[in-house]
Amino acid sequence: MGKINWKFWITAALLAFSVWVLLPSFQWSQMTQERRDQAERTRDPILGKVLKLGLDLKGGTHLLLEVDASGLEDVKVKDAVERATEIIRNRIDQFGVAEPMIAKQGDRWIVVQLPGIKDPKTAKDLIGRTALLEFRIVNNSREANEVLDILRDKGITPREFRDNPSAFPEIEKIMPEGASVYESKEGGYYVLDKAALTGALLTNAKVEFGGQFGQPIVSIEFNKEGGKIFADITDRNRERNLAIVLDDIVQSAPVIRSRIPDGKAIIEGNFNAEDARLLATVLRAGALPAPVVVIEERTVGPSLGDDSIRKGFGSALIGLIIVLLFMIVYYRLSGLIADIALVINLVFLMAVMAYFQFTLTLPGVAGIALTLAIAVDANVLILERIREELAAGKTARVAVDAGYDKVFWTIVDTNLTSLIAAVFLFQFGTGPIKGFAVTLSVGLIISMFTAIVVTKMIYDFLFRENLLLKFKI
Amino acid sequence: MQFFNKTNIDFISKRYTYFVISALLILFSIGAYIYRGGPNYGIDFTGGMLMQISFEKNVSLQEVRSALDEGGLKSFELQTADRMIMIRAKREVGSQQEFEKTVTNAFATKFADNKITVDRVEYVGPSVGEYLSKQALYAFVFSFLGIIIYVAFRFKSALWGITGVIGIIHNTIICFGMVIITGKEVDIIVIAGLLTVAGYSINDTIVLFDRMRENMRLSIKDDFGTIVNKSINAVLLRTVVTSITVFIVSCSLFFLGGEVIHTFAYIMVVGTSIATFSTIFLCAPLVYEWETRKRNRAKAARQQQTFSKVK
Repeated sequence: MGKINWKFWITAALLAFSVWVLLPSFQWSQMTQERRDQAERTRDPILGKVLKLGLDLKGGTHLLLEVDASGLEDVKVKDAVERATEIIRNRIDQFGVAEPMIAKQGDRWIVVQLPGIKDPKTAKDLIGRTALLEFRIVNNSREANEVLDILRDKGITPREFRDNPSAFPEIEKIMPEGASVYESKEGGYYVLDKAALTGALLTNAKVEFGGQFGQPIVSIEFNKEGGKIFADITDRNRERNLAIVLDDIVQSAPVIRSRIPDGKAIIEGNFNAEDARLLATVLRAGALPAPVVVIEERTVGPSLGDDSIRKGFGSALIGLIIVLLFMIVYYRLSGLIADIALVINLVFLMAVMAYFQFTLTLPGVAGIALTLAIAVDANVLILERIREELAAGKTARVAVDAGYDKVFWTIVDTNLTSLIAAVFLFQFGTGPIKGFAVTLSVGLIISMFTAIVVTKMIYDFLFRENLLLKFKI
Repeated sequence: MQFFNKTNIDFISKRYTYFVISALLILFSIGAYIYRGGPNYGIDFTGGMLMQISFEKNVSLQEVRSALDEGGLKSFELQTADRMIMIRAKREVGSQQEFEKTVTNAFATKFADNKITVDRVEYVGPSVGEYLSKQALYAFVFSFLGIIIYVAFRFKSALWGITGVIGIIHNTIICFGMVIITGKEVDIIVIAGLLTVAGYSINDTIVLFDRMRENMRLSIKDDFGTIVNKSINAVLLRTVVTSITVFIVSCSLFFLGGEVIHTFAYIMVVGTSIATFSTIFLCAPLVYEWETRKRNRAKAARQQQTFSKVK
């Protein structure tokens, strides 16, 4: 009596808890698309409680980025990857994606997940932009002019020279110390001294509509250190041109009229409003310490995601219903009891997924259906064993107890060995497969509980109330 | 209800026939490998690019192909179904952006009045392909080792663990062969399927092994062959019922689950059948072979000892 009680209360408490955990997901499923969009915009706390769907179901973009650290010393690589991760996080936050995931993976990879994103291309551009902003003084020396002449005569582009200076010894010879050659947005060439200041010292960047013709410009502000350097440069180089170089392209090269003491400057260029906004975003979030390259992309459009949800859940559900019916037909009452355990198993599994915010993916849905089908095995083992005990002439109650006792360790062994495969599967592969491994692992653990504790409890109850006198499987 | 009454089949005596069947199945897989010239690895492992696009109106394979050819896209595979098309390019595809632009531009000029939606884009760089291949290998090696250690520990004999894993490897090879022969693409979801089959196989094998161990304790007097036969017959019904339930779900996923999990479900359908086979017809007879040889050696050693004492 006491024994049934504690099992009952534990199961009941877990069930109540599971229902409570799953309530937000249920509410979510009843919402209209507009309500959901609104909840995502306002970052409604319900989002943190709803069963999380993977990108393959929800639609969205998964990116794997590699930080190209070839230009960095080994000791700086780790720092560069960490900074790049932070900067990308900032950029995405500014871009406005609901629940993005950005994480470092391995030595120099960064995973970025953008659920429900409508325009993956712009997001990719935004993430990948190096946005290396430099301020360089234009070199007007005789040598510099010679360099420009040679380039023009021989049709060498600045890029070709910068990529491989030693291929052009006649230019390299006369190039002023530390200087190099750049192209402007309009196509003109400049010889520029080494960078006097970079975008790393920026504190703010915003779009303004000033300029001569009211075109968008980006106004920038340096921090204290940057402001001091900027004041110094502008002081020492009056009447010279200061080139503003973004990603190796000269945006503009205004003449310095006077010392600028407050660390404020503007970047003019032929931007449209959108260009200017993106540039400001990139500058504000900071420049990447090293270039990043997209080495893996998996984008699923929303309609394909919906299709997967329909087919995935549909097929899993149909399979399960047939299994439930099969159990009842084959084992009658005992099959029904096993089915109850199976449904409880499903509820627990979904609750664990929602509570720990594990991601449910399409293979994960298949995983749930499979774990439940395999979970039936524990019940089958017990029932077939009870059958044997009954055949050996034992009374119903003794047969049931013996059945459970004898297969207990078999159930533990089978589940644990399957778990080993599932755990290593989790270590492997991308999101959808991880989602599969998670549902498989969680399902295996829960099924041990439901198969052994829950079904036994139901039998004990039936025996105690004398509802089960004659027992036939 | 019961599918059949308690059986009393002698499984052990025909074990060499089963070994031959297993060998033939393995040979089949090797044959499939040679016939197909190796597995059809997907972009997950080769690196490459995949685009799934749906049109507003139906398009024909020829139209799409010529549009892409004219657009300047080189070496690609094309699949179409009504309004949906899938473009695949394996290995080096150059710049991803370039690829996407070429495709969308080609369609924009050729099918000006037929709007397209990009449903899926997958791009896997060569380094990622390499990484995933290595990871897949690790996943197999470590889970097999883990299983050997666990089973060896629980059964206090490395032999049983190794036998279980031989069963798994046997099943994995055959499932893989069945994938290769159909020419289905091998991507990470196939690896997930194979590992799931591995988990299921060992699950199935353990049930039988547990029963054998129990019977060894209960009837010390029986010779090992009788014990193995008795155990297989005892778990036969359970094996059939469990296989059926897993089979039902796998079939449902296979027929209704859609493109993405199709190959996965296929592996599960094949895997559940072959796992049942290997437990009864491969693992148990193997343990029998090994155990009886060990016992015979022990007996011979004992006799030797007695003999020397007498002398």
